[in-house]
Amino acid sequence: MSGASLATGGVPAAATYHRPGSIRRERRWALIGAYAALAVFVVFFLLPPIYMVITSLKSSAEIADLDGNPWLVSQPTLSNYWELLTEGNFLLHFRNSIIVTAFVVSITMVISVLAAFSLSRMRFWGSGVLATGVFLTYLVPETLLFIPLFQIIGGIGMYNNLWAMVLIYPTLTVPFCTWIMIGYFSSIPKELDEAALIDGANHFQMLWKIFIPVALPGILAATIFAFTVSWAQFLYPMAFLVSSDQMVLTTGIISDLVRGDTFAWGKIMAGAIMAALPPLLVYAFLMDYYIAGLTAGATKG
Amino acid sequence: MADGSAITAPGIAPVLEQPRTGTLRRLARQRSTLAFLMALPLLAVIGGLVVYPFFYAIELSMLNKRMTRFVGLDNFEFLLGRETFQLVIFQSVLFAVSSVIAKALIGFILAHVLHALPAKGQRKWRGMLLVPWVIPPAVSTLAWWWLFDPSYSAINWMLGIVSVGPIPWLGDAGWARFAVILVNTWYGAPFFMIMYLAALKSVPDQLYEAAAIDGASAWQKLRYVTLPMMRNIISITVLFSLIVTFANFDIVRILTNGGPLDKTHLFGTYAFQLGIQSGDIPLGAAVSLFMFPLLAVFAIFILRGVNQRTKEGL
Repeated sequence: MSGASLATGGVPAAATYHRPGSIRRERRWALIGAYAALAVFVVFFLLPPIYMVITSLKSSAEIADLDGNPWLVSQPTLSNYWELLTEGNFLLHFRNSIIVTAFVVSITMVISVLAAFSLSRMRFWGSGVLATGVFLTYLVPETLLFIPLFQIIGGIGMYNNLWAMVLIYPTLTVPFCTWIMIGYFSSIPKELDEAALIDGANHFQMLWKIFIPVALPGILAATIFAFTVSWAQFLYPMAFLVSSDQMVLTTGIISDLVRGDTFAWGKIMAGAIMAALPPLLVYAFLMDYYIAGLTAGATKG
Repeated sequence: MADGSAITAPGIAPVLEQPRTGTLRRLARQRSTLAFLMALPLLAVIGGLVVYPFFYAIELSMLNKRMTRFVGLDNFEFLLGRETFQLVIFQSVLFAVSSVIAKALIGFILAHVLHALPAKGQRKWRGMLLVPWVIPPAVSTLAWWWLFDPSYSAINWMLGIVSVGPIPWLGDAGWARFAVILVNTWYGAPFFMIMYLAALKSVPDQLYEAAAIDGASAWQKLRYVTLPMMRNIISITVLFSLIVTFANFDIVRILTNGGPLDKTHLFGTYAFQLGIQSGDIPLGAAVSLFMFPLLAVFAIFILRGVNQRTKEGL
């Protein structure tokens, strides 16, 4: 019905008020309008990824040919993918991305589950302030502090070192993950802790045997969030990594495949597709957790 | 037992068990020590990699280019007097405000349209509409870059069919600004859509039924039921998106790198160019810090909105 509010407005409804069956007809038209609007936006939203796929299947000669229709592939080839996977540093960048992401996700989850448990259940002097501080830290964008971090990383001798990313990415993932874990932990009824304490469990057993299993959907959502952020991070590797063997996917594709004025567009697009694949696969299989993780910041208290 | 009551009723326990007050207090202290230790890694991350760098940024921004001499606020003064930087301020505001408005509108329309669909088809459509937001922006912008290519632009090819263009997407200041806003809208609109959809689903049906009985038109339902119920989530989402968009880096960096003639630079990309590429660390730090007051104001309003939501139990 609310679709009608946008598609047809209130006037037609008033005009057809007396005719029997008009509500159903109106609803059908609203639905058709809704599908039309959806189709337009789906085309707009999916055009770039589709064009990525199309270009990645073309040979360099076909890409350079200005006469043909750029949206069609006349001779599909997988050579771009093949060349990326067999020569150059693409696989190395992929491996680097996986290493950084795996470490960052693990570190983030340990830090934020411990902190969230402590902040939501145990409390200590200043823990209320810290919880607010965690949320505010989440709102700090990476462009605000990358220059002092650049100096700090240089100062401890980690410039152009992949492991610097493992050190720094948690600033982007930990606050948010802690924040949503606090939300999930707070929703666990207090009776469960009491039961555990009466049975003689200590706090770590309580966390491990009750909180983590009960809050598993939240943990999955937070893990997916941490994964997405580390996989997509662009500014830090751009600023702190210069040599190709240390780079991650997001920066590696550009730095290796753009040489001066020559763009290997077929390979760039093939690389982009493969770089986008891990988050897309996670999304395809765990859509609900994915959405829960990325939207919880504003919907969870 | 003593352990349990210490947690559930700290106020009552000492009265009931007078002689054991000392033990209880010790236990409580132990517990808060343990709690503090568990939060310590978090404190280390926030303190060492957010709070400390922030103060360090302030210190850096007050040094001269070689970082040998304290120059006070000279860097800020220098930047404000520079025409490029004035452009950066204008462009950042233009970029953030127009992208957020576009994202919010598209998100709102799509959420409404999706909400009107039968539940079965909704999931499929939602799945497709969220794709721009799932692909890392640094990767999807590459596709846009290629779509906007001056000689091979596939968009211009399509426009050519209806005899429009060719449009110099990234070569002309006005079009380049439009292009970065368009790409940001493309990337961010799905986020608004999903937030609004969640909010729409939480509006109780009875309210619409009551409105229908009172003879409200569709527009009135939107104006007097939907919007007031969603006000809080709309303002949180908009403020949050303003922060993220204002501080954007990836899209502009890849698409235009600030060009043509610095006409698309934002705070983030300009700070990168000055601080990292030209090696003037203090000036770059100063550019970044200019964002801080605005971000702080947005953050306070978001915090207020979120706390309000928590209190209302929504």
